Amino acid sequence: MRIKFIPLFFLIIFLAIFFVFYKGLQISNIYTPKDNYEKNIPSFNTKIFGTDNKINSEKIFKDEKYYLLNIWASWCVPCRDEHPFLINLSTYKNIEIIGLNYKDDNYNAQKFLKEFNSPYELILFDVDGTIAIEWGAYGVPESFLIYNNKIIKKIIGPLDKNSLDEIKRIIK
Amino acid sequence: MASLIGSYSLIFGLFFSIFIIFFSIKNFNNSKIFDKRILYFIFLQFFFVVLSFFGLILSFINSDFSNETVFNHSHTTKPIFYKISGTWGNHEGSLLLWLFVLTLFIFLFILRSKEQEKKYRILTLLFQQIIIVGFFVFLIKTSNPFNYIFPVPDEGLGLNPILQDPALAIHPPILYLGYVGTSIIFSSTLAATSLNYISKDWATHIKKWVLISWIFLTIGILLGSIWAYYELGWGGFWFWDPVENVSLMPWLALTMLLHCILVLEKKLALTSWVIVLSISTFTLSMCGTFLVRSGILNSVHTFANDPERGLYILIFLFCLIFLSIFIFLFFHKDNNRIYQSFFWLSKETSILVNNWFMLYFLSVILIGTVYPIFLEVLSSQKISVGPPFYNKLIIPFLIPFLFAMAIGPNLKWVKSEFQNKLKLLIFFIISLLLSLLILKNLRVNFLLNTILVTSAFYLFFITLRDFFVKKFRNLSQNLAHFGFSLLILSILFNNIFSTEIITNLRIGEIFESKKFKIVFENIEQKDKQNYKSITGKFNIENLNGDIEILNPELRVYNQPNIVTSEADIKTNLLEDKFMTMNLVQNQDYFNIRYQIKPFMVWIWISVLLISFAGLISLFKKR
Repeated sequence: MRIKFIPLFFLIIFLAIFFVFYKGLQISNIYTPKDNYEKNIPSFNTKIFGTDNKINSEKIFKDEKYYLLNIWASWCVPCRDEHPFLINLSTYKNIEIIGLNYKDDNYNAQKFLKEFNSPYELILFDVDGTIAIEWGAYGVPESFLIYNNKIIKKIIGPLDKNSLDEIKRIIK
Repeated sequence: MASLIGSYSLIFGLFFSIFIIFFSIKNFNNSKIFDKRILYFIFLQFFFVVLSFFGLILSFINSDFSNETVFNHSHTTKPIFYKISGTWGNHEGSLLLWLFVLTLFIFLFILRSKEQEKKYRILTLLFQQIIIVGFFVFLIKTSNPFNYIFPVPDEGLGLNPILQDPALAIHPPILYLGYVGTSIIFSSTLAATSLNYISKDWATHIKKWVLISWIFLTIGILLGSIWAYYELGWGGFWFWDPVENVSLMPWLALTMLLHCILVLEKKLALTSWVIVLSISTFTLSMCGTFLVRSGILNSVHTFANDPERGLYILIFLFCLIFLSIFIFLFFHKDNNRIYQSFFWLSKETSILVNNWFMLYFLSVILIGTVYPIFLEVLSSQKISVGPPFYNKLIIPFLIPFLFAMAIGPNLKWVKSEFQNKLKLLIFFIISLLLSLLILKNLRVNFLLNTILVTSAFYLFFITLRDFFVKKFRNLSQNLAHFGFSLLILSILFNNIFSTEIITNLRIGEIFESKKFKIVFENIEQKDKQNYKSITGKFNIENLNGDIEILNPELRVYNQPNIVTSEADIKTNLLEDKFMTMNLVQNQDYFNIRYQIKPFMVWIWISVLLISFAGLISLFKKR
């Protein structure tokens, strides 16, 4: 009996391995890190751009309204590319665009806005870049879509037509 | 034109398999002598595969973009050297290389085995033909390197820049000679098992083939490791990446096999070990091909993510596994029972002990590599197994392994006793004192590191002494073990004493540490044939005022558009100075990594010594 048991044993083991590999083939192996969706927004205190007044973040973001926090700087070239999309988005009533001016020079930033118009309802000042870090930003430009004090979408890099359409679909 | 010839050659090659199989079966029973025609057919098959291979190389040289493989992996601005190496730097081409090595080895085998029995030669040929046909069909059906595209594109997509490196250009052919070379061991072991042909003479005969594969595999792994060190710019040489693991596993199996065959040659023992190891070596190679090529693991070697290809290799692999298990279980007659009567202190026992250790290392690596796949399939959890797992499970067991490696070769066959107990003890004390002296200031893991270094030193001194005592009588074994002790010592010192500095620097800035200071002098831009180069100039100033200049480089390739970081490495016999520079997006500073890695070059040298030892054994006259 023993001699018949061993081949059967091998057969089953290897068939099981075969099955696992076969299943494994059909699983996509492209690793996607979990996005920080639905993460609470960090609270912070900062200066309002162009003034000396400070404001707390809790006063800016209200419940049941969409906000787009856009991190930008006058020295950032891709920010110029995404600017028309922001202007376009600013015409929508149900979203407020908040700018976070990142490691910028006041004069240059003013000039930038004069030249391209400002899509922002409010601009915050992030002199040393710490607020951007708290938000978990990778670089400039970057945008966060916020609803009910939660980040529901994050767009790394400049906005384009696709991401703009997606935002419009969400806020509809 | 070249593509067309290549394409037809493949089909001709497959046809010759039919002839070979037909004539072999006829010849197997009918006559006493080996049919000469079979040899001609094998040669013709090999010739057509070579022709097809050259056809592909020629298409790459001529940048013939009507060929899909060339279009996907080449570009007109690529230097000619990398156009050629691009031939095997992709899925289709590398499978053609597989086929090339398969046919080359069986041709050489039939040529060089005239003194062996006819039935055994023919059966080996038949088993090898099963593999060859499998790969022919795989190549032609799912990954034909000669697919035609119309309209013909003007320009190709280019070779991945990190593959454009001299070490990596020759790494695949060398590695394949070892990797695929194990097929001949597999076929001949199956043949010998089914014919009950295993004997001491057979061991002597197959040992050569094991050695050839082993040497090439060793050098192939070394080249891959050198490439990772110089090109990937992480400053390491071994990352326990699944792809590295699948090359290390057959190497371990092959090393075990080599030692078992030595026992078989001397004592006609361990036949089961030899058979199982021969089968598993090739199976592990195939399994490696499956893992990295099917896209089930994600890595640089995953050329194509096509489940159909993966499925084909998988089915083929398991057919071979079932075939070999069947042969092993039903044909193998273990009629020597010497195995049980091994005396506890003898050369064969120590070989067996170390084989068990290597089997343990192999299992650890195998589990670490495939367990994530199993876990994902069975519970859809994703985990990644990294260096800490392997280090924790493997390193402690290296200690007894190294001691056995030192003592084993000095024991006698059958029954032995410790000679010169005093000397063994003195060497141990010397090693212990030396490692205590070297590591006395070490804070972390003092105990483990001391014991490890002691055991490595022990092997080092014992083998060094053996050179003189044995007067080069068993040079290959002695050299290989000596090389291994050197390898472990260099890896240990490299790990324990390396320093690393990661910092951001602007041009003109200075980084100062206790022992040296780094001055970022300037950067320089240049346009090269297919990339733009940005070279930084850094002065490293020692305490005593010595200045060394390092020039790490960033390459911005035009096709495909990828930035690679070229480390600048200053090597001398004692240490490597290693620097890489990386762009930080939208910032005016660069991320600088500076490492001092002691004894780096000795890692390469010791592996070369080990493979050289194999070479000596191959050419040794008995």
